[in-house]
Amino acid sequence: MRRRVVITGLGLITPLGQGKDALWEGLTLPRRVVGPITRFDATGYSTRIAAEVKDFDPTQFMERKDARRASRFIQFAIGATHLALQDAQLAITDANREQVGVLIGSGIGGIDYMDTQVRLLDRHGPDRVSPFLPAMMISDMASGMVSIQFGVKGPNLCAVTACSTGADAIGLATRLIQYGDAEVMLAGGSEAAIEPIGIAGFCAARAMSTRNDDPEHASRPFDAERDGFVMGEGAGVLVLESLEHAQARGARIYAEVLGYGMTADAYHITQPDPEGDGALRAMRKAIHDAGLQPTDIDYINAHGTSTRYNDAKETLAIKRLLGEDAYRVPVSSTKSVTGHLLGAAGAVEAAICVLALQHQTIPPTINYEHPDPECDLDYVPNQARPATLRTVMTNSFGFGGHNSVLVLGQV
Amino acid sequence: MNQEIFERVQKVIVEQLGVDENAVVPEASFTDDFNADSLDLVELVMAFEQEFDVSISEEEAERVRTVADAVRMLTEKVQADE
Repeated sequence: MRRRVVITGLGLITPLGQGKDALWEGLTLPRRVVGPITRFDATGYSTRIAAEVKDFDPTQFMERKDARRASRFIQFAIGATHLALQDAQLAITDANREQVGVLIGSGIGGIDYMDTQVRLLDRHGPDRVSPFLPAMMISDMASGMVSIQFGVKGPNLCAVTACSTGADAIGLATRLIQYGDAEVMLAGGSEAAIEPIGIAGFCAARAMSTRNDDPEHASRPFDAERDGFVMGEGAGVLVLESLEHAQARGARIYAEVLGYGMTADAYHITQPDPEGDGALRAMRKAIHDAGLQPTDIDYINAHGTSTRYNDAKETLAIKRLLGEDAYRVPVSSTKSVTGHLLGAAGAVEAAICVLALQHQTIPPTINYEHPDPECDLDYVPNQARPATLRTVMTNSFGFGGHNSVLVLGQV
Repeated sequence: MNQEIFERVQKVIVEQLGVDENAVVPEASFTDDFNADSLDLVELVMAFEQEFDVSISEEEAERVRTVADAVRMLTEKVQADE
């Protein structure tokens, strides 16, 4: 009998603001936060819009010196961890610090540092490159700095699976608790890639929406007129605990991680399998891992990036999973509101699923106006919907052909 | 001690090490009083190089332990340049 793993804390830094309440309110109102890029002058870029985290002050969460040396994705991770521990009312003490681990991933890592340091190298030579570059560009440093800041000494590692990163971090952290490597894991993803080189690369890959004149309606998953994703940024960190540990300390338990499934497409570096094969098998594995049937799923939080391929192939995979029942299961993409947080998306969307369970409400897919014959499911268009939710599923797929799926349920 | 150079050194230290301006006194030690690690010191020396448009060798950097050491070294360099 494997150990049960529950979610007891949510820490969020998203384009909708800080904390779970700002996220949930923004999703269900809904708020529209996609706008012109302000982090740098994006003149000349084919995509000039994004969902930025505004007014983030890292010194709210860390010393000025540490904040100054940390790249932005690390600042987000530390902020989100603070909020998660606070939400879980979990104090780190000498009695528990060795039982608490960290698994916070990032798809891209410290590209802000890389961007500025390469410019310095070009302009002024190698002697001007910061000694902090090696530490601040590597994706594992969010986990590293979180362990240092909070003094937690259990397992410490990082998942890097592009846009599946956040989901894999939570899935793998769950496995660590199930196996007994830790009692508590601070797990999630963090991303801050709205930087010149980050945006330029995705522009060149033709992956992002170019609806620059109408940013509020640019992220439109499953809509016939979708033309690419909108980049977001931020972090999601969840406090995961063994059920016994959570019960022993009298923690408020939000939900249980019931199942986790992961597969590879083995098809193409950026495009999904034409038959949605990898996505389908990942969903099946997660549901099997949870000991459930596909029809037990009450809501699917889709990967739903608003790209032509993803949304069509994900829809196909869901229809292959559920058959005729697919038309009865609500599917929504919250990226329509938050933008695509890349390596943080899976963690933020797991948190959204927890909030959906808590509020018994499904957050909508906004900007849904024109049906696409290839996307013909119930996407919960434009308005939040009250529903009876016991078991929910969240999909995350990443460049490289990674597919990662989590099934969460009420305890 | 050259007051103008001291003030510029002070400004760089406050910015780089995140310490209070009043703590940056001549006798303060970077490692003991400001908790600077080896990476901080490398970056601090780079910031001095930039601020004063001088070049500081590794050997010279190693001899700088206090605020006064930095001011002395930078004063010599700036005067040598003039």
